[in-house]
Amino acid sequence: MLKNHKIKIVFVGLYFLFLVISYLIGYIPGKKIAIHFLSFLSYMIKILPCAFILIGLFEVWVKRELIEKHLGKETGLMGYIWIILFAGTVAGGLIVALPVAYSLYNKGARLSIIFTYIGAAAICRIPMTLFEISFLGIKFSIVRLLVSIPLVILSSIFLERYLTSKNYKIVKEK
Amino acid sequence: MVTYLLTVLILLISFLFNKKKTFKAMKIALKKFKKIAPAFTLMLIFVSIILFLFPDETISRYLGNNSKILSMFLASLIGSITIMPGFVAFPLSGILLAKGVSYMVLSAFTTTLMMVGFITFPIEREYFGIEVTVIRNIMSFFIAIIVALVTGIFFGEIF
Repeated sequence: MLKNHKIKIVFVGLYFLFLVISYLIGYIPGKKIAIHFLSFLSYMIKILPCAFILIGLFEVWVKRELIEKHLGKETGLMGYIWIILFAGTVAGGLIVALPVAYSLYNKGARLSIIFTYIGAAAICRIPMTLFEISFLGIKFSIVRLLVSIPLVILSSIFLERYLTSKNYKIVKEK
Repeated sequence: MVTYLLTVLILLISFLFNKKKTFKAMKIALKKFKKIAPAFTLMLIFVSIILFLFPDETISRYLGNNSKILSMFLASLIGSITIMPGFVAFPLSGILLAKGVSYMVLSAFTTTLMMVGFITFPIEREYFGIEVTVIRNIMSFFIAIIVALVTGIFFGEIF
């Protein structure tokens, strides 16, 4: 594990060294990579700090019982409907959905619910879907949502069953 | 900008109700962010390299292939390994559509783009472990293929 960590640090170091040298000698591919890095970083900075603050607030304010009751072991169809509606309103895609899903799990949401959440956050975000409609047409979006949502739910249930049979536990935070 | 305003507003409301809890929330946020920061850095590095290897022009060239099924598979592979925000991906899809790329191919591209995270792998693994990450992404890939095929049928592109 430690060795793996060192390799990562060396890799990251070499990467930045490469960017700096490219900049100094005017190596175009290196400059292009640096621009991609910076533009994606600025995109992340626009979303991530807010996402993590909101996750922090969620962890302090939302009671475990509430999540357990609506999204926990006993939940049925309603749980999936709630979580898909919730996913529809959250911005940021997978990168934000993953830490949110993790918090939900630690608050007692069942596995199939959090996997549905991750899938739904990827495909049913409302602002994104509106954008999609304006470029590709409403028929395209409707077909996509009607086919993908049931498949996301089914695959999440399947994944939960598989993991439960293996006694899987997500690593809890220390 | 709106996101920040909203977050600050919510933070303020929380602060008015309970100072202690709000500070605790900030602490949690910082701790979580620190924990995932190395994985984010790795991801950003992957993103920059992959976007360099697959610029928009390359993507359009691959997706405009004559064989629809082959294009669909290429589209789903490209969608899986690249990452781009919706406000870049959909205008690009709109342009490709105008160039004659089929709905089926665009569906494979956008759906894998959103659901399959080859680049987010380091982050996802950090939260859920390797096995779950691999299974979830493979399943998402097949869901995207099914969605694309159904889209193809609906738009009369297959039969």
